Amino acid sequence: MSDLQKEVSELERKSATAARLFDIRRIIGGLFVVYGVIVTIAGLTASDADLKKAEDININLWTGLGMLALGLFFLVWLKLRPVVAAAAPEDEQEQEQE
Amino acid sequence: MRSPASPAHITLAEGLRLPTNGLDYAILAIYFVVVLGIGFAARRSVKTSLDFFLSGRSLPAWVTGLAFVAANLGATEILGMAATGAQYGVAVVHWYWIGAIPAMVFLGLVMMPFYYRSKVRSVPEFLLQRFDKSAHLLSSALFAFAAVLIAGVNLYALAIVVEALLGWPQWVAIVVAGFFVLAYITIGGLSSAIYNEVLQFFVILAALIPICVIGLKKVGGWDGLTGSIEKQHGDNFMTAWGGTGIGDANPLGANWLTIILGLGFVLSFGYWTTNFAEVQRALSAKNLSAAQRTPLIAAFPKIFIVFLVMIPGLVAAVLVPKIGTPGSDLTYNDAIPYLMQELLPNGVLGIAVTGLLAAFMAGMAANVSSFNTVFTYDIWAKYVVKDREDGYYLKFGRLITAIGVFASIGTAFIASSFSNIMGYLQTLFSFFNVPMFVVFIIGMFWKRASMKSGVWGLLAGTTAAMVNYFWIYKQGVIDIPTDQGANFVSAIVGFVAGAVVMVVVTLFTAPKPEAELAGLVYGTVSPGMEDDAVEAGDDAWYRRPALLGWSAVVLAAACYVPYSF
Repeated sequence: MSDLQKEVSELERKSATAARLFDIRRIIGGLFVVYGVIVTIAGLTASDADLKKAEDININLWTGLGMLALGLFFLVWLKLRPVVAAAAPEDEQEQEQE
Repeated sequence: MRSPASPAHITLAEGLRLPTNGLDYAILAIYFVVVLGIGFAARRSVKTSLDFFLSGRSLPAWVTGLAFVAANLGATEILGMAATGAQYGVAVVHWYWIGAIPAMVFLGLVMMPFYYRSKVRSVPEFLLQRFDKSAHLLSSALFAFAAVLIAGVNLYALAIVVEALLGWPQWVAIVVAGFFVLAYITIGGLSSAIYNEVLQFFVILAALIPICVIGLKKVGGWDGLTGSIEKQHGDNFMTAWGGTGIGDANPLGANWLTIILGLGFVLSFGYWTTNFAEVQRALSAKNLSAAQRTPLIAAFPKIFIVFLVMIPGLVAAVLVPKIGTPGSDLTYNDAIPYLMQELLPNGVLGIAVTGLLAAFMAGMAANVSSFNTVFTYDIWAKYVVKDREDGYYLKFGRLITAIGVFASIGTAFIASSFSNIMGYLQTLFSFFNVPMFVVFIIGMFWKRASMKSGVWGLLAGTTAAMVNYFWIYKQGVIDIPTDQGANFVSAIVGFVAGAVVMVVVTLFTAPKPEAELAGLVYGTVSPGMEDDAVEAGDDAWYRRPALLGWSAVVLAAACYVPYSF
């Protein structure tokens, strides 16, 4: 093994990302549910001017529902397939302190 | 301070102002809060420099794959490709189907095992392993320079667009966007950048799809669009290859040969396989299988994204027949902002503004987060302050991130001298990335290529591409109709010059000792092979890299069929 490979392997052992980084699906799911609700409400209360501007498509309603569906998809995926807990890092005391 | 914007942009500022209201700003504000939240939440995962610069090489493939496509889907790309669609028509698909997919598949199937197994932390670090310090230092310096420059292009473009759309003064937009990028990368490192890219990917889809749907309805569907365009611009405007025979005139200024060789082979392979801002996403994947699948997963959305930028471009060309000509207030780059103003009601408008700003910030962040890695690992730790403990380099990485953001603010103004943002970026890539690809491909497949051949190949290729562009084309020695066409030719010239010089230098200089080439060159055995143990589930048929890669190539080729006859 080259020096570089030894150095990087050592850093990989100490790395905390796998054990401590949160799951992005929660953020995507949360944000798109919030956006979906906001935009859907804008669609339900759309004025005639809004509809006319968008060529008589209630684009807020459809986009809102689409975003809501995407958000729920990520939350359901997260629920059904949670990340398998990574191997415990070497310094467990430090992790407990946080 | 007013930047040297083109007059069209300044007169445009009033004309393109979006009718945003509180709802739209609320949507935007939520996004900014989430962006910062991701940075702070990622902070606790950053313990080593490897966590900060490469997410500890531990992310799943779908995350790195979407980040891979999003890192390229910056707003300059979105506005620039819609502009290309409005200007050249359906020919814009070349930048995706022949100009991206084959290169992404090649990166995943052929090159990634060398990159990932050798455990290099950056693209230049591979050159250090394969060639010598001079090739390494040259490519590191060039990359760091280009990354700051392109981050500056993004920031400048953002300021122009935000001023036009929202009425914010340019310095406000620059300070706000610069601050957010600075904050979330300095705090959360690459994980934060990648997570924000994944989020941005979905927001930009939510912004572009409504524009395409309403835009198509407005011009009478796809048939109405085709009919109007062909009446205005002729039949070739709606085909991919029409008028590209050698010697024929077409708006792109390129023929099928320069498209395939220049764009499809040299430019695109140079960009997708050696641009560290892209490759970094794959290097942060958790194992070799995930690293290989990163560009392959990215290839599928990439095939279809072209429709989301081409349709707005074409619709704008129908609605504003004079777009991009001196008789119109609108330039080609205004295609998407114009449609946002005309078609989107409040609510979706807020999503579209958010998507555009998110794309600008992600485009800048991708360059900043690759710049800091190369500067720390490849320049600082190898040539300036060597052999310090890891914590020092982590601290230095945060410092250089801040410096990089400030430097890119300073370079934002260089972008203003080219009319088409994409043309500007492609010009840069043809100078810096073309010789990189020659050196990599020869270095990976020819054991004999000598240590010194790397740096001479890089120098010769860069010089040749620049001479071709600035002297032979710009001075009119050879007549090439457009900047784009000249870019393609410059790329081919740079590639050939780099290859020839590498072979000649190799014949006269010493090869690298065979033992040091293990795992770096085709046909050698990597000492890191034992790490390749396939993780449970990665042997599923739909996760096999070869199947994914070839499916993407076949799909891209099939997409050409409706636009080729």
